[in-house]
Amino acid sequence: MADTSATNAFVEFERVQKSYDGENLVVKDLNLSMPKGEFLTMLGPSGSGKTTCLMMLAGFETATHGDIRLDGKSINNIPPHKRGIGMVFQNYALFPHMTVAENLSFPLEVRKMGKSDREEKVKIALDRVQMGDFGGRRPAQLSGGQQQRVALARALVFEPELVLMDEPLGALDKQLRETLQFEITHLAHELGITVVYVTHDQTEALTMSDRVAVFENGRIQQLAPPDLLYEEPENSFVAQFIGENNTLEGVVKEIKGGTCLVQLDGGGLIEAKPINVTQAGERTRVSIRPERVEFNKDRMPDGAHTLKAEVLEFVYMGDIFRTRLRVAGTDNFIIKTRNAPDQVRLKPGQQIEIGWLAEDCRALDA
Amino acid sequence: MSDANNATTAPNSALAAERAEDEYTGPMLAADGTPLKRSLNRALRRQKISALLLIAPLLIFVLVTFIAPIADMLFRSVENQIVQDTLPRTTTELKNWDSEGGELPDQTVYKSLYQDIYVAQERKLHTRLGSRLNYELTGASSLFRKSGRGVDDIGEVYQDQFEDLNAFWKKGENWNDVLGSDAWLAAMNDWKKASGDAQPPFEMRDGIADILPQTADYYSIFADFVQNEDEDNLYKEDPWPLIYSAFYDDLTGPTAEQVATYAGPGATELAEAAAAAPSFATVDYMDAFADIDKDWVELPIWQTIATYSPKFTNGYFLNAVDMQKTPDGPALRPEDERIYWTLFKRTLFMSVCITLSCILLGYPIGWILANLPARTANLLMILVLLPFWTSLLVRTSAWKVMLQQQGVINDTLVWLGVVADDSRLALINNQTGTIIAMTHILLPFMILPLYSVMKTVPPSYLRAAKSLGATNWTAFWRVYFPQSVPGIGAGSILVFILSIGYYITPEIVGGRTGTFISNRIAYHISSSLNWGLAAALGAILLAVVLGLYYAYDKIVGIDNVKLGG
Repeated sequence: MADTSATNAFVEFERVQKSYDGENLVVKDLNLSMPKGEFLTMLGPSGSGKTTCLMMLAGFETATHGDIRLDGKSINNIPPHKRGIGMVFQNYALFPHMTVAENLSFPLEVRKMGKSDREEKVKIALDRVQMGDFGGRRPAQLSGGQQQRVALARALVFEPELVLMDEPLGALDKQLRETLQFEITHLAHELGITVVYVTHDQTEALTMSDRVAVFENGRIQQLAPPDLLYEEPENSFVAQFIGENNTLEGVVKEIKGGTCLVQLDGGGLIEAKPINVTQAGERTRVSIRPERVEFNKDRMPDGAHTLKAEVLEFVYMGDIFRTRLRVAGTDNFIIKTRNAPDQVRLKPGQQIEIGWLAEDCRALDA
Repeated sequence: MSDANNATTAPNSALAAERAEDEYTGPMLAADGTPLKRSLNRALRRQKISALLLIAPLLIFVLVTFIAPIADMLFRSVENQIVQDTLPRTTTELKNWDSEGGELPDQTVYKSLYQDIYVAQERKLHTRLGSRLNYELTGASSLFRKSGRGVDDIGEVYQDQFEDLNAFWKKGENWNDVLGSDAWLAAMNDWKKASGDAQPPFEMRDGIADILPQTADYYSIFADFVQNEDEDNLYKEDPWPLIYSAFYDDLTGPTAEQVATYAGPGATELAEAAAAAPSFATVDYMDAFADIDKDWVELPIWQTIATYSPKFTNGYFLNAVDMQKTPDGPALRPEDERIYWTLFKRTLFMSVCITLSCILLGYPIGWILANLPARTANLLMILVLLPFWTSLLVRTSAWKVMLQQQGVINDTLVWLGVVADDSRLALINNQTGTIIAMTHILLPFMILPLYSVMKTVPPSYLRAAKSLGATNWTAFWRVYFPQSVPGIGAGSILVFILSIGYYITPEIVGGRTGTFISNRIAYHISSSLNWGLAAALGAILLAVVLGLYYAYDKIVGIDNVKLGG
């Protein structure tokens, strides 16, 4: 796990544990540190502890053990309303009995701000999310996307340095979600705020974040920038969870230098980059991205190990072709090829040979 | 901005549709050319009819068992036909009497009164009229009862003189011969009571009504009464004394000369009576009534009868608001007779108290229930509903045990030394008792709507408020509370309306100072039998409730009331 000891950390979790029932730990030994201005996404399947972490940071849940620090000060005993953390909720949580402007004015009112200051700030905040004309409306009169913009404006209007977002785009349709993803990142960088964003949508995580923390079973499995996370997963969970991935199981035969040889269960010997394997004889799961697999003999990298494969299914997806193969005993080996004029369209039943670069193929834990 | 894009494309397609419509200006047509509206109506008619059929049984049930009785009951609050029906002649005569002139009505009125009361007492209706007028004038009931017994003597003066003159007038059959038609007499002869056939209805002799108009009049009433109400043989019944007085009036009145034209049976006896009648001793009706009761020669009873002569009256309503009819129009009753205004005020005040205590006690429970995990909440909900499974009477009686001076609560307080043994708290048979017991009984009606509304307020609102910097209290007051107001509204309406008409509990624990208007209504329905007043009180109560409901709608808005969802 990355830089826990960073001295310029703005948000810090140190050995944080959380249990609801006294028997099971929902969050197990969480260590995390974020510099100011970072956009960090907590990604994970439901029940992985990511929302609990967010709630502990917001102050709605207390950590069973460990320390949470904000700007160097422990906030374990500070009630939520004194933490000054902006928060955007999954269902927006706009107060239905107040107008949009009143909703935005609320955090300023409780901070005893004067009326003219309030109005000015509300106007700026609404304009920032292109909702300037909707101040007089009630939340129920707005569309989902508009409500989300207002919720965002409300979380930002009192100028918090840290904003937490709990699956804010979960209820929106795909197109709108993509627009808003872009808007949110843009706004966050423009204002220089630190954002902790929780989602179970990996595309969202990859496109928006500076760094992504992948949660599983109460632990951070990997904390890395999106490109590293995708290209260099540190364990098989991350490899599986982020993007589409082919796995082949086998036993390490030999490790030498930067590569290892793996004897696959379904037959065949391949070269891979050892990540979580240390010695020969260990079981391993080899992971290879569908778009890194090559079947065109002309483009096959030099010295690549090849495997025999049978085409089972060809799916035309517009920008790419997705082909399912039977390889080394598994029926679920996917390759993706770009839809280019010279691209071969494979047919079911066709016998081909596939191969890849050894460094694209990662030998992970079994 | 895909939002904005959507917004611009939508109007475009709408515009296109509008343009297409513009070319055809008539009403929209369905595919087969009939106007779209008509085919839509036809399509919906089946649904409407089946919907109506589904609710029909309940609708009929409610109409018959609820709406109709209520309408009938409310009608009683203005209905007042009994005076006119029982005293038809007197009320007609009284129209010419000046009730404010300070003088008693004249002899003709007293004579009509005699005739009316005589007929009424035979039919046993005079006591009912007495009870009715007793609501307006204390003593009227016994006055009418007494008069019913006394009127027999008045007519007997004439009866005796006619019978002394000729024994012919003693016998009912002779009267029948004179007054009845020949056909009827023949039919009467053929009729045997034992045969089981219906008695031939009495028929007046032709022309006799011109000769003896009043006698004929009363005789037909008499015959009708004997034949239809008593179901006796008219031939064997001797006439009422009232007939003799009418007979005397006919023989001495303007139609006396006509007697000579009569040639039917008993013509000689009739001529003899006509000759003798002018020298008979007469009756002074006013004196006769004065003999029965002095009240008849005082103004109040006459004023009361005159005031309540019309078929409809606002008297019950005036009564219900502590007013009364006086010759000068409606006026407030004397201070010591005003009870209903106090009762209405007390009922409203106590209902408000009960509603407020229900809100205070129910709100936290609703909150807890709404925020607990479902399992625990269901368990607690059973505890809330437990009172519903216990008889209302049992619960109320339990409060009696708890609250009385030697009861559990007082004993405990004395034992704890909070109150001295000689100054035990009066917790029952007063307002405190009613408020305590009714708050307990009506509490579930507050908790249930509160709970179901609070259940729909997501906890994230409170979290959002706190994350925006609100303290617990501000978050509650500014964010949570306004959203729970519809539940308070629904609960308050339920509790208030239930309590304003509550009867059993105040009756049992209310004592003298803790009873409601409904207890008074029940008293008038079942004890004093003054249904008109009960109906008027009920109508006012209904109006007050509707008025408050209207005010609530204006102030809070009835769409702001939610029972959940």
